[in-house]
Formats: sequence, structure tokens, C-alpha cells
Amino acid sequence: MKTLLVAEYRDGKLLGSNSELMAFAEKAGGESAMFLVGTESDLPAFGGKLYLADAGECGEYNPSVHRDLLVQVVEKEQPDVVVFSHSSYGWDLAPRLAYAMGAAQVSEVIDLVDSLPVVPVCNAKLRRNVKISTEKAVYTLQAGAFSPAEVPSGSPEVEKIGTDADGKVIFEGYEAAETGGVDLSKSDIIVSAGRGIGKPENVEMIADLAKALKGEYGASRPVVDAEWVEHNRQVGTTGQTVSPKLYVACGISGAIQHLAGMKKSDFVVAINTDKDAPIGEVADVLVVADLKQFIPALTEKVKSQ
Amino acid sequence: MKILVCIKQVPDMESKFKVNGEGNWYDSSDLAWRMNEYDEYAVEQAVQLKEQEGDTDVTVLCIGPARVKETMKKALAMGCDRGAHIDDEGSATRDPLEIAAIIAEFAKDKGFDLIFTGMQSQDRASGQVGVLVAEMLDLSCVTTIVDFSFQAGELQVKRELEGGVRARVRTSLPAVVTCQLGLNTPRYPTLPNIMKAKKKELLSTPVADLLKVEGRQETASMYFPEKKGGGLVLEGDVADLADQLIKILKDKTGVLA
Repeated sequence: MKTLLVAEYRDGKLLGSNSELMAFAEKAGGESAMFLVGTESDLPAFGGKLYLADAGECGEYNPSVHRDLLVQVVEKEQPDVVVFSHSSYGWDLAPRLAYAMGAAQVSEVIDLVDSLPVVPVCNAKLRRNVKISTEKAVYTLQAGAFSPAEVPSGSPEVEKIGTDADGKVIFEGYEAAETGGVDLSKSDIIVSAGRGIGKPENVEMIADLAKALKGEYGASRPVVDAEWVEHNRQVGTTGQTVSPKLYVACGISGAIQHLAGMKKSDFVVAINTDKDAPIGEVADVLVVADLKQFIPALTEKVKSQ
Repeated sequence: MKILVCIKQVPDMESKFKVNGEGNWYDSSDLAWRMNEYDEYAVEQAVQLKEQEGDTDVTVLCIGPARVKETMKKALAMGCDRGAHIDDEGSATRDPLEIAAIIAEFAKDKGFDLIFTGMQSQDRASGQVGVLVAEMLDLSCVTTIVDFSFQAGELQVKRELEGGVRARVRTSLPAVVTCQLGLNTPRYPTLPNIMKAKKKELLSTPVADLLKVEGRQETASMYFPEKKGGGLVLEGDVADLADQLIKILKDKTGVLA
């Protein structure tokens, strides 16, 4: 299938996710072209045609303008599928383009089976293969689902595009992530608390186990949103990405966004009452137990080692 | 001010799911149903805006069979003024375009200043519906908001990007915003408000009156992912489990060695 890959650029820099788009194009087979609202001085390592609009002129976040630029390119290139990352840029822009194209959009594609896109359902507990009835389609790809076999190389043949249109929203700037004293990415051992810990008082139990193991404690998003743990300890796509020697997930069901932040850990222990929780997919050991009984017992025994 | 909040009823994600007889969705029997988590933030933000602005009418809309009215009652108890139930036995397998088209058809002549949705549903998670509604009605739209303010007729929001970075965005009304987790703290309905909600308007409209498009995709098959295997499952007495786990950590990792 012929693909048009929509690369991303933020805060003056090309994002690395474009290599996943290329990995998808390779799996899908057929020609591919690329689209980028970015800058000439930071081009992707892509050996094909690149349609480049200038981010200084068009804005980094200006969805209706980016949509209209894409519509022009789609008319010219006639791709079968336009491919985005399933990211804050991709899920915002893809439906706008799909609607303008009269195309079906399939979100968060993790695989292609018999050329049908496969997507997760119900927090990855189920999957489904999707059949599309339109000639063209728009896909967004789950982060990490398509990895390039080798580092992409090549330099693109650039065709500049532009527009004078203004957008409907005004982008005012970025705010950096809150940073605190905890850099989990430097920790070899991380014990993380999920919603399954039940109440804020139980964070201490997780922190105690982390301390006994000489590591740091982290948390999943729901625990941070509930303000049981500060944001600078959040593991996942909107928090920190970690790859410790040991990751202990306590009462974490394993939302995709969390898994994306910790699946590169060397060894994963999950402690959960639900044997079927998606965290089991990435766990080397799954302990099926009540946290409030098991964790203090484990902490005591670790201390006496 | 006129506000529309679109919500969805979804199963509790901790449920034991089964695939239905047609093999194209999960079986809807024996499930506990609740409001889509993202939509709780949408309802809360709409009610907070009503409290800020006064003289505001908040409609909550939900598409689905009769059971979704229970979830709508929660939104009414949280402070929405009226409910628009779109009665649809087939809602579970409708694609995002159909769902958005139903909402857009409902909203098109009602003059809503602001439409709130969750950024995605917990079951299908397409993240498309809010944006499609905006495109269909030619409104501006900001997705994935984690901060909201409305001052002097203008919306000022923050979008959540990857790695905890936020983007500050402004837009004028009318607009659609899709809400991310953590935007606010959704309130628990109080008993008096639950009682009051029972008297609020909750009208049902047959979906056939509003659905004028055809879907563009369907589920060819739904199934459970293959277990990757390799992962060891430990069950039993807590003290034994702790001993077993410590032994594994010593053998397989450098920890405790």
C-alpha cells in the first residue's frame, strides 16, 4: 500500500517517532512519501519525497492549517493510507484530515494482520481487527508498536509547501514538565504504586519496600492524578520513561501509557489481585496476592536479607 | 451560555470480558457499567463553568440503550441541567464517525457555545469523536486539555503533550474541548443532589431521527491477545510467596545478591 507518513516536530526539533512511521511503511510495503511541518535545518533521515512546510510560518500547533496542507499533499500523492503517530499531535490532527478526505480513521494501530489494522480494546484486554469500507484510510500508530530494524538513513527530496491561512486556535507556547529532585531514569530499582493500592495512606508501604530494596518509588497516572504521589514520580508516556534492572508494579493494571514507560525494564515483577491484568503481558513474575498483606511481608523479609 | 457535555457509558475495566456471539465486540451481559472516566472530567468542567458564569444551561448527552440513563443521572446529580438520551441499541458497534454525526445532528441548531467530551473512551479509545463533531459543525477544537480557564469570552487551555510538557492554547467560542484525566477533581454527587436529579428533564430520542451517515469501518473480529508466556505466575500463602520472590530476585537479577 502507498503511504504518506506524517512526521512530528516540536519546540524547534524533529521528533524521533518518524522512524516508527518508516518501520510501518516497510511492513505495509509499497511506496511512501513524508509530510512535515518543521524546518529545513533538521530533516528526517528518509530516502524519499518530503513535503515540507515551515513551522515558523505555519505554526507548530495549528491544526486547521496543518490539515489543509495535508489535504493538498494527499490530492497530489494519492496515498492509500496516511499514517500518524498516536500522539498528542497525531490524535488531534488525524480525525480532521480523515473527515476532510472522507476516509475512515483507525486509531492506535499495533499491528497489521492480512493487511487489516489491529487495535487494542478495553485497556488492551482485548484486540480487534478492523475492516475499512473507504478507499483511503488514516491510521495512528501506537508508540513503540513498529520499530525500525535498523537506524533509518538517507536524505529526502524536499518539496516546499505553504499557505497563507490563519488557524482557529492560537498557540502561545510550551510549559516544561514539572521537575523535582527525583530522576527515576537513573534508578536501578523502582517500585511503583498503582490504583490498586486503594488509598493514599498505602503509598508509604510502597515507599518502604522501595527503600528496603535500595531503590526509588514511582507511580502510575491515576495515583498521580489523585494527588497521592507527586507528578515527578509518574512513570509512563506523560511522565518518565524508565529502564531499571528491577521494576516492581504494585496494583498497576498496565494501561498502554504506563507500559510504554517501563517495558524496557530488565526484570518486571507485578503484584496484583487480577491474574488477567495487562501488566501480566510484560511481567517476568506475576504475584497474585492482596497488596496490603503481601507487600509488608515482603518488605520485612527483604530487610532481613 | 449553553453547554453540551457528551458522555459514554462503559464497562468497568476490571471486568471479566467475553467476546460476543458475532465475534465483533465484547459481550454486554454480566458487566458493571459506569461513566467513562475521561467524561467525568468533562462533566465536572462544564458544571464548574456554569458555577462561574451563572445563567448557564448544561445539557448532558449520551448514546446507548436504556441502561445508559443510569449514568446520565450521575451527570445530572453532578450538576448538569438536562439530559438528552439518544436511544440506540446498536451504539456499541457504531464507528466514531456515526457517533460524531449523531451528536452533530443533535447539536447543529441548538446554539451551544461550548461542547465538552472526554478525550477518548476507555473501551474503544479512538479519541476521534470530539474532533469529528467540531469538524462537522465547523467549530474550533482543542484536544487533551489538562487546564481550563474562560475569561472575557475567551478560552485559555493547556494541552498535555508527551513527557509532561504542556502547550498553552487560546481560542474563541463556540468550541469543542476534549478532556484528559487530571483536568480537575470530579465531584461526588451528594444525596440531596441525587434526589434533585430525579426531577430533571431526561428526554429520549430514537437514534433513527439523528443518524444520517453510514459508518466507514467495522470490527472484522475481536479476540483476546495471545499470552506471551514466559511470565511466571505465583499464587498461595503470603509468606511463601515472599520467600519464592526473594529467591527469584537473587537468581535472576543482581538485586539482593
